[in-house]
Formats: sequence, structure tokens, C-alpha cells
Amino acid sequence: MEWQLMTKEQKDITGIIRNFLEKELAPVVPEHEEKSEFPMEVFKKIGEIGLWGLDIPAEYGGPGFDLQTLSLIREEFGRVDCGFAVSFGAATVGFKQVLAGGNEQQKQAMAKRLLNGEISAMCITEPQSGSDVAGTKTRAVLSGDEYIINGTKTFITNGGLANVYIVVAVTNPDLGSRGLSCFIVERDTPGVSVGKEENKMGIRLSNTTDVVFQNVHVPVENRIGEEGDGFKIVMKALEKSRPICIAPLIGMAQRAIEIAAEYCRVRTPYGKPIGKLQGIQFKIADMEIQLQTARAIMMYAAKVADEGKPISCLGSVSKTYVSEAAFTIIDEALQILGGYGYSKEYPIEKMLRDVRVYRIFEGTNEVQRQIIGKTVIGKC
Amino acid sequence: MEMKILVCVKQVPDTTEIRIDPKTNTLIRSGVPSIVNPFDKNALEAALQLKDQYGAEVTVLSMGPAQAADALRECYAMGADHMVLVSDRAFGGADTLATSYTLAAAIRSLGEFDIIFCGKQAIDGDTAQVGPELAEHLGLAQVTYVAGIEKKEEFLIIKKEQEDCYEKIQVKMPVLLTAVKSLNEPRYPNIMKKMKANRMEVPTLTAKDLPDLLPERLGLKGSPTKVKRTFVPSVRKTGLMILGGDANGKVSELLDKLAEAKITL
Repeated sequence: MEWQLMTKEQKDITGIIRNFLEKELAPVVPEHEEKSEFPMEVFKKIGEIGLWGLDIPAEYGGPGFDLQTLSLIREEFGRVDCGFAVSFGAATVGFKQVLAGGNEQQKQAMAKRLLNGEISAMCITEPQSGSDVAGTKTRAVLSGDEYIINGTKTFITNGGLANVYIVVAVTNPDLGSRGLSCFIVERDTPGVSVGKEENKMGIRLSNTTDVVFQNVHVPVENRIGEEGDGFKIVMKALEKSRPICIAPLIGMAQRAIEIAAEYCRVRTPYGKPIGKLQGIQFKIADMEIQLQTARAIMMYAAKVADEGKPISCLGSVSKTYVSEAAFTIIDEALQILGGYGYSKEYPIEKMLRDVRVYRIFEGTNEVQRQIIGKTVIGKC
Repeated sequence: MEMKILVCVKQVPDTTEIRIDPKTNTLIRSGVPSIVNPFDKNALEAALQLKDQYGAEVTVLSMGPAQAADALRECYAMGADHMVLVSDRAFGGADTLATSYTLAAAIRSLGEFDIIFCGKQAIDGDTAQVGPELAEHLGLAQVTYVAGIEKKEEFLIIKKEQEDCYEKIQVKMPVLLTAVKSLNEPRYPNIMKKMKANRMEVPTLTAKDLPDLLPERLGLKGSPTKVKRTFVPSVRKTGLMILGGDANGKVSELLDKLAEAKITL
């Protein structure tokens, strides 16, 4: 069942997007999945329907959607392919960082570029530090009116596609997380190179690579905020996107239930459809209960954030619950389809590979549980 | 001077979504979404391509109930510049003659156009009459079943689709053209423009705004077409051909099939 509280406008928008994705993206998914390649031609065409810079606010020339509408839009991407959803969603990540701590000129410039179809990438993770942002090793050393950046970033979504990077680097190694700063680094700056591409289990349409910085000279005006603001900016930007980063999973889980339900109607061992068996009905019921709950909690978190209320650990609750519910739903859908579910001829096995990463990225579910636990317990 | 182009569009039920009630043999219409008639989208796309190439002001026009404004908003989202809805209770129940009569008056009230586009037909009525009738009412040259357009100064070189060939026609503007599917691939609506369109009031022409119209030629009253009965042609089940083998084999296979189908001999 779809979200019953959709406005007419949200229906219009998601309708246009569903039609576009079914016609333009769905047919090219298998080929790009095989090659582990982002379909750039679909990204180029998506500008036609006005989706570049999707989450940029109206005051910077974007569509100005609230998080609830963005969640519903991202669901549509998840119905077709979560890998595309990840790379597409991350394309505007640079604006989130600039918005969280940059100056007006940086915000205007970044918004304009992304609305014109440029792609940004956020370079935080390093081989030795993932969730532990404070463990960053990449250095930025001030020299006159330039910083010189050295270091290697890994698992960078859109690393190989981006026109511009936001790089977190250490400016003062004595201060731990307070010694980090954020920089806007152009792809074509000498010393910037794209490293190896990750050969991933799932979300294979998304682009994930290493990005290497070797004596990269960056003007001082490319620093976002003050020296030492890096950690604060990253956390602020992540907090905003966390409640809805899992939105594509709702679309994918919905699709998995639709496929399983259809299979229940047509699969007739011993002369009757398996949908008539109570054991199967209970399975489908549990899947639907989890889907409805997951969507409700995601939309609740989105609404709280839209109303500007403190979201506290709700983003972590939403991220954790939805990623685990979607995993269970898709795993059960695969079980219902049996051998067909396990076959690459059918779409469920891909979904199971795609959903798995959501328990890992955007802060692992273990880290999310730590945040939730600490918040609930309070000081002790 | 920039061209002025008018595109006539109709809001129709999405027939790909229509199913037939096997008991009553009638169309299940409830819950069927409304769409812009697909051939009208080809017409609009042709207008928008001329706009992209040579510059043009594109107006979309529709006659129908108030909800037909949604169809116009979708056309706006695709790139049309102006929307006009022709809507009045007095126009209700119009056949193709009364419709084209009313539309012609509306078009005259909007000014002169270099090209008027229609789809070749609507997928609900399938008459293909409104376009040609409109050209007659307006005294315009017309080319139907247009599958290609080239502009050459004040002329258009038209590729007209025929049963088993194409005809190449040169025609001087102003002209009325009706579009077929192979003319182009319509573009997608843009969500930013759609949101803008949703907030726009669609200018509406009523009978009062078109004082030259004769009341007896409007709506159901002005429609000489009377529908006596509508029905769904019965669907023929697939046939079976028994090929190969000798006569004896074929006959025994046929008998088996008849027995299987429980047809006694």
C-alpha cells in the first residue's frame, strides 16, 4: 500500500518521476549492474525533467522540496534501482556541506553548479577511519594564501564522477576532532586523482572509488567555515540527510512485496496458489507490517525535521529500523520465490545484495544504536 | 517575427489502464486515470521542437470540464507558454461538429496563428474528425497524418503518412496539421514547471466570452451524431491449427482435442 497522506502535488511529482525512471532507467539497469557502472546518460537526461539539484532550497534556485517530499521522491528511485539512487542522491552532497558552514558566495556558486548537472562528492572516509571522523590522516598545511593537501580517501561515492570534492583534512593535528577543516577542491586541480573503483556486492550502479590528493594547492577562500570547523560541519550535514538516506529502501521493499504477492497468486503447486496457504499469508502480512511501520517512522522523522524541531536520535532510529526492516522484507520475499528468488533471472537476489549496505553506510547500525542508547540513558 | 503556434489537446481516460468487466462486457471506468491524448502530445512536441529551433510562442487549448485544466498544466510543464481552457455547461455532450464549431470560435478569439496542431485522433472516440473540421471552420489549409515537418521560410515541407507510403507536401502557413505517433518522441514534463503550473490559474473561455456562438449549434443540442448503442466486440479465443502428419494422425489428434474440450460428437 502506498503512502496515504500524499498531497496532489506530491502525486504529480512522483508520477512524473516514476514514468521517467520506468522508461529511461529500468531498461538499462541489468547492463550497468553487470558492468558496475553509473548510467551517465540517464543522469544527463534527468535534467530535462528538472531533477538536478533536487534537494537544493528554493532561495538558492532549487525546487525547495521538504524532506517528506524528498523521501517520497527517493522511494521512486528505490523501486527501480538503489545504486542509481545512491549516486544520484549524493550528487548534491557538496551543497549540504557548504550550507552547513560555508559563506554566501560558496553557497550560491555550489547551488548553481549542481542545478546545472554537475556532481559533487564528499571525501571523509579513509582506509583507517570510517565512522571515526576524528581519526582522519589527510593533512592540509597552510602556506601563504594556499593550503597544500595530502592524503588518500576511500569508499567515496561519486569519486570517479564528481566535478568537485568536499575534503575533510587535518589542519591542526594536536586538536583531534577540533583540528579538522573542510575544503572545496576542484577535480581538475593538479595532484587530484581518482584511485581504484570498488567492486561492490550491491548498489553496483553507484560509483565508489578512492580519491588521492598529492600536493594539491587549494586557495584559502575554498575553506568552508573557519579552521577547526570541519567536524561540526560534517556532523551537521549528515544529521540532516540521515532520516531520509534510507528512503529508497521503502520503494525497494514495496516492490519486493509486490513481486512476492504476484508470485503467490500465480505459483500453484498441488493445484492451488500458494497465496491460499496460511503460512504464506502470515509471511506476507509480516512483510507488510514492517513496510508500513518503516515508512511511517521515516515520514515521521522527515516531518519532525521539516518542522525544524530537534530530531535528536530520531534520525538514527529511522535509519536503523528501516534498513533492518527492508533487509528482512526482501529476504522473506526471496524465500517465497524459492529457487526463482535466488536466480539472477529474477529481481529479488539483486535487491538483497543492494539492501545489505544500508546497515553499513551513513553510520553503521551499531554506531546508530550507540547514539540512540546514549541519548536515552543520558549522563551516567 | 516569431511564429505563433496553437496546439489543441484533449484529456482522455488512459485506455491502456481500462479493463473490461467480463460479466457485463462494459468498460470499467472507475479509478482510471486521465491523461493527455497521446497523439496530442506528439502535436505539442512538434510545436515545441519548432519553438526550440526557430523561436515560437506556443499556446495549448482544450475543451472539456474544469478538470481538463490538469491536462493543460501537463502541457505547460512540457514547455508550452500559454494555456486556455474552453469550458461551459452549454458545451457539454458535444459531438465532433459542435466541438470543432466551438473550438473554432475560441481560436478566433485568441488571434491569428501560423500553425494549428491537433493529434490525428483522440484515443477515446477515435473519430479523427475534429482536426479537419476545425480547418474547415477556420478556412485553413490542412494536412492530416503528419509524420515529419521541415520549415522553409513561410512554407512547411510535410511528410504525410499514407497506408503504404509517404507523401511529400509543401504547404504555406497558416495551416492546420494533425500529428501521428511516428512524428516524434514527446519530451517529459519538467517538475519545476509542473509545480509552477499547479499554482497558475488556467484562463477559461465560457459561452459568455464567445458571444458569436449560436446556442443551437452548441453541446448536445448542436450535435447531429446520435449514439444508438455502444458495445465491446466479443473477443475471439485463439484458434488451433493441426499441422503436419498424415490425415489419420490429424483426425485422431482433432478427436483428442475435442474430447479434451468436452465437446461430444
